[in-house]
Amino acid sequence: MTSTTHYVAATGVFHLTFLLVLLPTVGAAVLLLGGRRTNPWGHLLGCAMPILSFVIGVIEFVALIGRDGGQSRQLDQHLWSWVPAGSFHANVNLLLDPLSLVFVLLITGVGSLIHVYSVGYMEHDPDRRRFFGELNLFVAAMLLLVLADNYLVLYVGWEGVGLASYLLIGFWSHKPSAAVAAKKAFLVNRVGDVGLSLAIMLMFTTFGTFAFDGIFNGAASGHAHSGTMTAIGLLLLLGACGKSAQAPLQSWLLDAMEGPTPVSALIHAATMVTAGVYLVARSAAIYDVAPHARVAVEVVGAVTLVMGAIIGCAYDDIKKVLAASTMSQIGYMMLAVGIGPGAYAIGILHLLTHGFFKANMFLSAGSVMHGNNDEVNMRRYGGLRKVMPVTFACFSFGYLAIIGMIPFSGFFSKDKIIEAALDKGGFEGGFLGTIAIVGAGLTAFYMTRLMAMTFFGVKRWPKDVHPHDAPRVMLIPMAILAFGSLVAGYLLILGGSLQHFLTPAVGGSVEVGAHTISPVVLSLITLAVVAGGVTSAWYLVARKPIPAEPPTYVTPATKAARASLYGDAFNEGVFMRPGAYLTRALVFFDNRGVDGLVNGLAALVGGTSARFRRLQTGFVRSYALSMLAGALALTATLVLVRVG
Amino acid sequence: MRVDYYLYLSAVLFTIGAVGVLVRRNAIVVFMCIELMLNAVNLSLVTFARMDGNLDGQIIAFFVMVVAAAEVVIGLAIIMSIFRSRRSASVDNANLLKY
Repeated sequence: MTSTTHYVAATGVFHLTFLLVLLPTVGAAVLLLGGRRTNPWGHLLGCAMPILSFVIGVIEFVALIGRDGGQSRQLDQHLWSWVPAGSFHANVNLLLDPLSLVFVLLITGVGSLIHVYSVGYMEHDPDRRRFFGELNLFVAAMLLLVLADNYLVLYVGWEGVGLASYLLIGFWSHKPSAAVAAKKAFLVNRVGDVGLSLAIMLMFTTFGTFAFDGIFNGAASGHAHSGTMTAIGLLLLLGACGKSAQAPLQSWLLDAMEGPTPVSALIHAATMVTAGVYLVARSAAIYDVAPHARVAVEVVGAVTLVMGAIIGCAYDDIKKVLAASTMSQIGYMMLAVGIGPGAYAIGILHLLTHGFFKANMFLSAGSVMHGNNDEVNMRRYGGLRKVMPVTFACFSFGYLAIIGMIPFSGFFSKDKIIEAALDKGGFEGGFLGTIAIVGAGLTAFYMTRLMAMTFFGVKRWPKDVHPHDAPRVMLIPMAILAFGSLVAGYLLILGGSLQHFLTPAVGGSVEVGAHTISPVVLSLITLAVVAGGVTSAWYLVARKPIPAEPPTYVTPATKAARASLYGDAFNEGVFMRPGAYLTRALVFFDNRGVDGLVNGLAALVGGTSARFRRLQTGFVRSYALSMLAGALALTATLVLVRVG
Repeated sequence: MRVDYYLYLSAVLFTIGAVGVLVRRNAIVVFMCIELMLNAVNLSLVTFARMDGNLDGQIIAFFVMVVAAAEVVIGLAIIMSIFRSRRSASVDNANLLKY
């Protein structure tokens, strides 16, 4: 790990960094505030903004490569002072370093392709302009998140991502299921956000600053109490779990499939779920001094990896299978960043390759739905490879990449993670490595099942559906992503290029003297497990005709997987029901107790005064009588007192 | 000279006035009864001044007369305007200001 973190001021072409965030923000503002008059060209502006950001990102990437390695590749651009209050400073600064630049390229690159694809996918939607505005907002928030140089600005981006995902998941809010799914995603994300905000407050009270360099140097100096560092690490992990849909906050991701398919691709490949991995990788200096929190990251990753894979085996909804697969793949990344020094770059590598093949598969799934009247049930597909050849080809690239077939990108990244887990050694390494290998087998199983049910076998679609390939504006982004799924892994791993590039941000790779198992043998073992997964899926699913309705008599394991391993049931039983009872009890107490007391007092006063009011008859003579009686009583009292 | 007769007379006059205020409905008569009560009190005050041998009571009686004169002006004006608007001088009919 680098001993101190020091950022140099941005110069030259790096002055453009703020444009990366500003351009999509302007796009979002124009499209969301401009109203109906922007309808005719709204989608073009929406596409142009992320593409321009991508171009700037590429220019800066080239410029950054041109600088000598090490710390001069970490550039800080000061924009303005946000809260200058005495000794307290909160600056809005942007940090451009290899880690954030890699994310910028992924977000704007894959994001731009998804924007272009959406032009075709949302063509007949009356709200296409709003859709592009919200997509731009999503990209802008995510860019702010990865470019922030302190946790406060990062938090702003973090919340912006939460807002944009809420808007987009609930884009078709006329469907109650979409509205509920958006609310669920928002609420589950809030739980994670509480963790992140507490972590930020704890960091501020411990180190007196929000800035990355101050906090990382403070953590590296070792002055902070180790318990505090563990607490910060665990709270950051909670935040990461919320955004990245890791156990136990995974439940929103499956429901988030209610949004339009390009949104799913954006959430799963370029933005949102990668934020948690980014957070942990960025906070490497904190996890370096908090080994217990690091173990927690590993465990969360490993558990989610298996959970996602198991859930993916049981769903019939093509998008939900892909969503479960994202959970599982993010689990791999979490596992990698949890393993720590040397494995951060591997986690980011898997994140990048996953960005390509998952975006590709989601867009292809969108194309499949597009050609099948928005049908998502794989039991109504079958034999689509003949009628949708381009989609089939693109999806196959993604499929081969995710199961880790040899020249495809997933092979390089996933094998590296398994290797890193096993190299950790001892019981921990063996356990995590085994889980990662099992996960690879399960991945092969559910993806093969998806392929077989969708593209192979006999056709099972209804008579009035005529499946066809999507228009070219959708196919071209898919093709580019499919090409990326093929070559990205090899290019990034060539000569350890990504690892060297990321070294200033996340620390260099720590070469272990001897591998636990030689990498070649390990690759062979993994490929054998993957082959086993493929074969068993073929044997169990594709060999016999697929019934139109899912079988009712199934093993308890299948039943559990169909219910998302009872994640929702757990949340409902443990949090939602007691919460509902508590609020009901509070409402009862409020109505009967507090309100009863207040209302009772008011009724007492009101009733009494209503009686006394009757004395005001309006007859002057009765008032005169009462005055006389009062005067007599007064006089009588005086006389009695005098005499007495 | 005995002065207690004046006090008896004053008490009788006051009682007549008070009963008149309570039992009569005509606002003018009620008003006259109030005047009777005021003057009964004046008689008492003058008598007490005589008994004590100083002028305090007589001075207070003058004050009462001044206040009574002002009261007559205001009161008669009110009675007049009520009579004009309601065609009645009965105090029982003017009972709008109530619960």
